[in-house]
This record gives sequence, structure tokens and C-alpha cells, in this order.
Amino acid sequence: MQYFVQQLINGLTLGSIYGLIAIGYTMVYGIIGMINFAHGDIFMVGAFTALIVFLVLGALFYSVPVVIALLVMMIVAMLLTSLYNWTIEKVAYRPLRGSFRLAPLITAIGMSIALSNFVQVTQGPRNKPIPPMVSQVYNINGISVSLKQIIIVVVTALLLALFWYLVNRTSLGRAQRACEQDRKMAALLGIDVDRTISITFIMGAALAAVAGTLFLMYYGVIAFSDGFTPGVKAFTAAVLGGIGSLPGAVLGGLLIGFIESMWSAYFSIDYKDVAAFSILAIVLIFLPSGILGRPEVEKV
Amino acid sequence: MAVTVSPESDIVATPIQRALKEAFYAGAISLGLFVLFIGLKTGQNISNELVVTTRWGLLAAVVIATAVGRFLYVAYGQPFMASQKITNVATGLLPASVASRFFQLPWFIAAVVAAVLLFVLNNSLAGWVGAEPAGYLQFLRALAIIYVLACVIYYFRAFIHANFTKLGVTALVLYPILVVAVLSLNAWSIASGLQGSLKWVDNFGIQILIYVMLAWGLNIVVGLAGLLDLGYVAFYALGAYAYALLATHFGLSFWILLPAAGAMAALWGVLLGFPVLRLRGDYLAIVTLAFGEIIRLVLINWREVTNGSAGISGIPKVSFFGLMSFNVSDPNYIAKVLHIAQSGAYYKIFLYYLILGLCLLTAFVTIRLRRLPVGRAWEALREDEIACRSLGINTTTTKLTAFATGAMFGGFAGSFFAARQGFVSPESFVFLESAIILAIVVLGGMGSLVGIAVAAMVMIGGTEALRELDFLKQIFGPDFTPELYRMLLFGMAMVIVMLWKPRGFVGSREPTAFLKERRAVSGSFTKEGHG
Repeated sequence: MQYFVQQLINGLTLGSIYGLIAIGYTMVYGIIGMINFAHGDIFMVGAFTALIVFLVLGALFYSVPVVIALLVMMIVAMLLTSLYNWTIEKVAYRPLRGSFRLAPLITAIGMSIALSNFVQVTQGPRNKPIPPMVSQVYNINGISVSLKQIIIVVVTALLLALFWYLVNRTSLGRAQRACEQDRKMAALLGIDVDRTISITFIMGAALAAVAGTLFLMYYGVIAFSDGFTPGVKAFTAAVLGGIGSLPGAVLGGLLIGFIESMWSAYFSIDYKDVAAFSILAIVLIFLPSGILGRPEVEKV
Repeated sequence: MAVTVSPESDIVATPIQRALKEAFYAGAISLGLFVLFIGLKTGQNISNELVVTTRWGLLAAVVIATAVGRFLYVAYGQPFMASQKITNVATGLLPASVASRFFQLPWFIAAVVAAVLLFVLNNSLAGWVGAEPAGYLQFLRALAIIYVLACVIYYFRAFIHANFTKLGVTALVLYPILVVAVLSLNAWSIASGLQGSLKWVDNFGIQILIYVMLAWGLNIVVGLAGLLDLGYVAFYALGAYAYALLATHFGLSFWILLPAAGAMAALWGVLLGFPVLRLRGDYLAIVTLAFGEIIRLVLINWREVTNGSAGISGIPKVSFFGLMSFNVSDPNYIAKVLHIAQSGAYYKIFLYYLILGLCLLTAFVTIRLRRLPVGRAWEALREDEIACRSLGINTTTTKLTAFATGAMFGGFAGSFFAARQGFVSPESFVFLESAIILAIVVLGGMGSLVGIAVAAMVMIGGTEALRELDFLKQIFGPDFTPELYRMLLFGMAMVIVMLWKPRGFVGSREPTAFLKERRAVSGSFTKEGHG
């Protein structure tokens, strides 16, 4: 039982990170119906920004309190990563908005390749390890919970609450939901569609940057190629929860996190990704539009 | 109706003012993007800790270059293109006018002379001016040759357009012979000509043709049937491992295993197809992606059979239909049978013709299938699945045949790949490969075989050519490695080509079924990849 709870906590941590990335996929998909393949690399750029900020802080000041360091890393990563995603949307996706469906998918794949190789070229191909930032571990009834895990879950919960408020209670969120339902009608009613889409990309990137910072803090290492696997898993999570649905993305992220940690605990660690992908395939066969997704109604 | 004029619009900005503003924004954005990634570099110090070093000079250069580039584009590029459009309309010389100004006879003659002179005097010039400028001269020579070829293509464009397939196939068949002949003449010995041809036949010819074949195979699934498949590389991997395992363990010949690998990949295509048939569009895409990843992860982790990430080495070579072998130690080695000098180039040339044959087979089958009921059903499925079902087409079998046929060609290409490399490992079958193949299909203009071949040549040939740019080392210093920038440029090229031609290189469709008269349709009227 203790072991199970332990794995549950590990899964929750992992799932929080996936959930944060998955929101970016699902929002962009909801609003412009496009798989933003570069999102995993946006996550990696966020983590790398946090890494560089961490090193700069270490070089400039003798000692920085961990809370402040984390906050600064997170904020700078959010800002710069948002700038990346905003630029990418403007340069690579917006000109193709009226084009056929696969065109932005291809530019997204191109951008994904370009981003990860840009980081490789400018920062070198090696793994970048940092010294552990937070190392307290609490032991409750034989279940060990590290402070890192608590930070991840708390930060994710706070951000999701903020995000929920933004989408459901503000005029910006209303504009976003309107664009999601009918872009043309929203434009006719005076919503600046381009601006709304840009903001969607910025929000997705900011969440991915937080995920990147938390990932860096949790694992303590990042490399230029680390965007792909979490990216694909987060995308899997978004599809599993029903792409386009925001609660679905979080639910899917948590599910993928649980599946992974349970599978590696009880079966084999080698096949944890295989398990996650197989479960995705099985779920989609029985629920073809994900767990919380609305079935697409096709009008003829 | 009251017209309100905002105060800003009273002052009409001149292009220069506008360009200055745009340049400022571009510079600011690039400063934001690059300040951490180019301005700072993370590296390890002696005690293996990460430290940052600064590169402000490089950062300033990049930011200034971005701003200047944006300025030039807005101030001169955009007005030039706009005026060009007006001139074209006014003179009735549509897009040809720029080209006819660019390709002029005197320039053509000059380029021919330059190319021939540089080619003939290559070796003596290198000794004369030293190694460093000789690199530039070689680059100049390459430019001259490209210009000459472009001129020839431009002047004979009508003829080429009319006989494209015949000319293309002839050129491909003659390619290795031409390479060997030119190089032998250049060095005045056949042995060094054969040796020098290795690079051209292997790195360029075989490499490009493998991608052409894969893209043509994927084209059946994506371009014809409109099913978005992001895990095509799985079938490539299955074919490669099928050949590698069966050939190393049971010593079976390539000619038996080629159809076997194709059949096996097709079987897997059906197995994958069955569960995912109900899915549409992006759900299908993600499940195929997952399938590709599952295959790769199984190849990595099933160490007893696949030897894990270490891969399988010592895969036997292809024999010349069992008559001659390409192993030097064998009694029926090709050089011994034909009484010619030993060379590794024979095998590469043979492989070139083998993959060319496989490519032509793929093209032939695709063209023929498009005229059969099943091919027409694929295209109908791509255009409108509901209409298709209403007309009584069995969408299940139609999708399955598309998956199976596409997978079969992937399997063929895979077993060829294993035979060519002599080594397979899961490294070769990552998602990036699927993405590259899909990109080639889309960039070529989905469904068009010629367009896909051109796209493969541009994208794969272009990145291979980057390996040859050694002279850049003299500009950027000896640490500069063009290979490092290969994938970065590849990704950017994908974006740029897509923005430039969103419908791909061949953006029009020739319908296979038509009423009275065949008319090419703009690609914009078709919707592909809807699943």
C-alpha cells in the first residue's frame, strides 16, 4: 500500500508537468485546429532558459535564496519562451492560416527541428547538469515526499487555478472560447482574432516554460533533445483527454503520469513508454474522441 | 456615415521610415530571442561544473544582421516585388520576365567557359594559388555549373515539360556512368574515377533515391488516400530488421527476403490499420506516431532478438542475382568473374541501380493503381469520406489496402537500407525520419510523383551538399563545422519552402478520372490528409 501511494505521488508529479505542456497543445488545437509540433521544443527552450538564468544568478550573486531563484527563473523563462512562441506563430503559422491543413503541420515540424538544432548549435550537444536546488525529503508513514514534488504539484495547481480563471472569467478567455467555436463569427463581432490567437500561443508557451523550469528543478539536467519525448507524451495526454478540452488535457497528463510510474514500478521500466502509447491506442479505439472530448459532428 | 480619421494616418510614412521602424522591432525581437542563447554559452569547466561564457560580439552581429535584413526587405525588397508584379502585368511577361533577365546568353557562355576552365585547370590552379583560394574556386565552379544547368533547363523548359518523365529516367540511369566518366577524365585514370564516384553515387544518388522511394510509398497513404501517417518509419524499420535478422541468422538471400520484408511490413500495416480505422484526422496521426514510437522502443528494449541499441552488424551484401558477389574473398567476386580491377565502387553502382529499380517499381505501381478501382476509391476517400460511403465504397478495405501498400514499399526500402548499410540500429528509425519523409511528400505537392522526387532532391541533396562546403572553414575559422548546421538549415528550409509554396512544388492535380477532357485542377480545390 505504501509502495502504491509512493508511486501515486511520483505519478502526480510527472503528470503535473505533462499536464502543463498538454494545455499548450490542446489550446492551440482548439483555436486553430493545428497540431503544434514545436511545442515540445518550446518546453525545452523554457527549460534551457531557466538553466541559463540559474547559471547567471549563480555567477552574479554569491548566494540567492532558492525561492527567489526559482521565481526569477520561472518568470524569465515564461517571458522569453512566450516571445519564442509568439515569433514562431507570427512567422511560420500565421501566413498559412488559410492554407490547407497539412501546411502548418509541416512548418511546425520544421520549426521543431530548427529549434532543437538551434539550441544544439548555440549551447552544445551535451547534457547540462545543475547542482540540486531543493533537496529536503519528508517521510510520512514510510512514504517519502520530496519538497521538489510538493513545489511541482503546488505550482501546477496554482497556475491551473489562475488559468481556469483567465479562460472562464475574463473577456480574454471569452474571446478565446468564441474564436474556438467560430472564428469568422467572432471576427464579425469585433474580436481581434489575430491578437487572440497570439495570446493563446503566449499562454501555452508560458505554461510550457513553467513546466520546463519544474522539469529542470526535478531532474537537474536538460539537453537540446529533451523536448521531443515530453512533447510527444504531453500531446498523447492531450489526445487522451480529448483534444481541445482544457480539463481533458490536465486529466490526460495525470493519467499518462500515473500509467508511467505504475508501469515502471510494477512491470518493467524499459517498456513504460510503450505502455503509455499502447493505452492511448486502446482508449482511442473505444473512445474515438478522447475521454472528455466532444465527438465531432460532421455536417454534410 | 461619419468617417473618423485617426491622427496617425495623417502622416503618411515613407517606405524608409516604415522600414526603420520595422527594423527596430525586428532587432528588438531578435535581441530578446537570442540574448540568452547566443549571448551566453553554457560550458563545462575543469571541475565539470557548468559555467557561462559571454559572446556579446556574436549577439550584436546577429541582432544587427536581423535588423538590417528586415530594413532592406521592407525598404527595397517589398517595393521591388510589388513593382515587378505591376511590370509583369503591364508587359504581359508573367513570371518569366525576371527569369529571362537572369538567364541571358552572354552570361550563359561566360559561365560555361568559367566552368570548363576551372574544371580543366583544377589541379594546376590548386598548386598555383594554394589550398585556401582553391576552395573558393571550387565553390565558384559549382555555382557556374548550377547556373549553366539552370540556363539549359530554362531555355528548354517547354521540351523538358513535355518529356519530363523520359528525360528524368534517362538522366537517372546515366547518372553513375556520367559521374565515373567525368571523374576518370578529370584524373585521367579509371581507378581513381571509380574511387571518386563513391561519394557522388552513394551520398547523393542512393541517399536521395531511398528518400524518393520512401516518400512515394508514403504518398500512397497520405497523398492518395488522405490518411495522415506520422509513423511511416515503423514500416521502414520492420523491413530493415526483417532483412537484417533473417539474413544474419538464416543466411537467406536478399532476393528472397526483399519480397518477404515487403509482405511482413504490409501485414503490419494491416494490423495497425484495423484498430485505427475508426479514427479520423489528428487522432489517426497521433496513433500512427505512437505506433512508430512503440516499434522503435521495442527494437531498443527487446535485446535478446534485436541486440538493443547496439544494433545488428555484419548484414550480408546483396549479390548480383546470385551470379556474382561483391565480397572480395568470394570465388565469384565480380572483379574476378569479369577480369577487371578491384573496386568498392561496383557495389555502390549496383546498389544505385537496385534502388533506382525499386523506385521505378513504386512509381509504376502507384500510377497503375491510380487507374484501378482501388486507386480511384483512395482518391475519392481523400476528397470526401461520407460521399464515398454513400456511394457504396467499402472504406474499411480501401483504407487497409492503402496502409498495406504504403507499408509494403516502406518494407522494401527498409530491407534495401539494411543491405546498403550492413548495419541497422534503432537510431536510424526515429520520429525525425517520419517527419522528413512526410515533409518531402507535402513539399512535393501531395500526390504528385514528380514533385515529390524534386522535393527529395532539394531537401536531401541540399543537406548532403552542406557536407561539401569545406571552404567555409576558411571564413569562419577551423572550428566551423557545416555539418552541425545541417539539420538547423533543414528545419528552416522546410518552413521557408512551405511559406513560399504552400501547395508544394507541383501544386496542380491531373485527375485520373475525368469527363470528356482532362484538365489540371489547382491543388487548392482538393483537401488532403483529412483522415
